[in-house]
This record gives sequence, structure tokens and C-alpha cells, in this order.
Amino acid sequence: MQSRPQALARILSLALTAFVLMVAAISFPFLDLNVQGRQHATSVLGAVMAFQNGFAFPLALAVAGFIVILPLTRLMALIYAIAPLVRGTRPRKFAREAFGLAETLRPWSMAEIFMVGVTVALIKVSGLATVHFGPAFWALAGLVIITVLKDQLICRYSIWEALDQQQN
Amino acid sequence: MQVFDLGSVGSTTELTTAREAGLVACRRCGQVEAMSTSHCRRCGGKLRSRDTQSLQKVWAWLIAGMIAYIPANLYPMLITDSITHKSSSTIIGGVIELVDLGSVGIAIVIFVASVMIPVGKFLAIGYLAISVHRKSTLNMHQRNVLFDVVEFIGRWSMIDVFVVAILSALVQLEAVATINPGIAAVSFALSVVFTMLAAQSFDPRMIWDASKGQA
Repeated sequence: MQSRPQALARILSLALTAFVLMVAAISFPFLDLNVQGRQHATSVLGAVMAFQNGFAFPLALAVAGFIVILPLTRLMALIYAIAPLVRGTRPRKFAREAFGLAETLRPWSMAEIFMVGVTVALIKVSGLATVHFGPAFWALAGLVIITVLKDQLICRYSIWEALDQQQN
Repeated sequence: MQVFDLGSVGSTTELTTAREAGLVACRRCGQVEAMSTSHCRRCGGKLRSRDTQSLQKVWAWLIAGMIAYIPANLYPMLITDSITHKSSSTIIGGVIELVDLGSVGIAIVIFVASVMIPVGKFLAIGYLAISVHRKSTLNMHQRNVLFDVVEFIGRWSMIDVFVVAILSALVQLEAVATINPGIAAVSFALSVVFTMLAAQSFDPRMIWDASKGQA
């Protein structure tokens, strides 16, 4: 076991890295399709908007939540709650609520599942067209690895304890 | 977290549960409080010694999930338009298509995520709920593990929904080929969400209560 401050510092740095990668994954082009001279590029938001027509609109909201909004909210809540602990100062107001939120959202943020979905989709179109990866693809791939590392480091009982101890 | 191990490993009947000691453990942060406390003093979470409505909620979400799974299999997941023809494929159709393309490995991934995990989850959650109803004392450790597995694996079923989203966003080439989502994508996503909620409503502490009833 490593000492607690060190573990917390690692979680915080991974969370910050994940946040930067997430922003990059959303803002840069994601995939680029090329068939017989015709081109079509899409971003992560494009994948969300795929469901915007008619009956599937609620699904667009759900997918946006699962792959963009909830992971971002979770990261921000985690950073908010843990940052003061790393510096050794008192937790911020609502730090407990923030960490509680981050834990509740854990099963619902599905960035890594989305990445597996991307791989499957690429294999499905590989016969049909050539696909180029944009910067967002690599950002997302990095994000998945960082997220897995971060979640493995989080020991929620120790964090609750640390939040509790430094409250007083 | 739920059962206090007082040194006697193996037989759960010799253990004292928090409930018997007049205590309640917070399922979120592990803090132990007096039975009468309504909210955890450490994390602010709601405290309940046992969720008495747990089984009702589990059955409600589970049945909703099973109902949504039916149209998910009957209606098309993907609708492909190309110059020559228009075709649509269901979940199973998509798997067969992948096998035809020669990607057997990926076909297995999709089959596991879209068919085996959802169906396995219906069976597993149903089995857990029935065994708690019956106060069964068989295989309690294995059932606890089964619950952990079900809770962990449920979200991975979403793969196929994301595949549909990416394909629909990517393949929008006017006149050559376009891919659009079918109605099954919506009902499949709903089914996954409902069964995730069913798993979350299950209170695993109830598994162990049966051993106390007979002691």
C-alpha cells in the first residue's frame, strides 16, 4: 500500500489529465470516412447527434449523457472534492456531496464502452470505405486508459475517511 | 462491509450483523451509525438497515427491461440505404453480417454484449430475487458474487447502441450509402438502463438474512 497523500495526488493528476483529454476528444474531429472520393467527417458530438431525428431523440440525450456530460460531471466533482485533500487543507463546502455524486455516476459514464463500440463500427465499415482517425480518436483512446487507471486507484472508503477527518 | 467478521470465518450464523447489534452501516461510505439515524453523518447518504421495498423495485425494473428487450430483437437496429438497395438488420442480423465479413471475434463480442449479457442478467436477477423471496440458504457466497458480477457487467451491453450511433454519424454519404438508426436501438438502450436499475435496486444484504432466520 502506498501512503494516502501520494495516492490522492495520483488520482488528482489522472483526473486532471482525463479532463484535458475529454475536452480534446469533444472538440477535435473524430473519424473521417472516404468512399470513392466522397468524404464525411464526424466528431464525438456527431455520434450523439446521429439519433436526433424523430423517434430516437431521447436516445441522443442519453448517449450525450453517457459519453460526454456524465463523465465530465464526474471528473469535475472528483477534482473539486479531492484537490483540497491533496494540498492538505480543509475540504471545500459540499465536497462530500461532490464525491457522492462522482460515485453515483460511476456506472453511468460509459466512455470506455463507447470506445469498444467505435472499434466494432470501424470493422463494420472497413470493407465499405477507408477511415482516417482524427486527433479526437487518440484523445479518447488515452482517456479510456487514464480512466481505468484512475478508477483502480480510488479507494472510496479511504476517501470518505479523509474527507471526514479533515472536516474537523 | 455488511457483515462484521468477529474472527469466525466460514459459518455466517456465528456472526453478529450490524442489524442485530442495533447498528446500521452506510452502503456508500461504510460508516456505522446507530439504527435510529436517518442520514449518514459522514457522507450524508440515506441510511436503511434493509431496503424493504427492494424486491418490488427489482421486479418492476426487471419486467420493464424484459418487455423492452422484445422489440429490441424484432425491429431493425440499423437501416442501410445504398444506391442499389435498402436493407435493415436486427441485433442477430448484425452479428450474422459480421460473421459473413469474416470478423468472427467481433461477432462474438457483439453477441455476448447484446444477447448473452442481457439474457444472463434477466436470469441472474430473477434468480437472486426468487432465492431471497424463498429465504434460501444455499450458495450464499456464490449469490453475492453473482450480484457483484451482474452489477459490474450490465453497462457493457451498451456497446451495440454506440456502434449504431457511430455508424449513423459516420456513414452519411448522399447517393452512395447512408446508415440510420432503427427503433430497436431505442428499446435496446431502454432495456439496458432498466436492468441496470434493477441490479442497483437489489439489496445484497437480504441474501445473508436468510441464514439468520434459521439460526
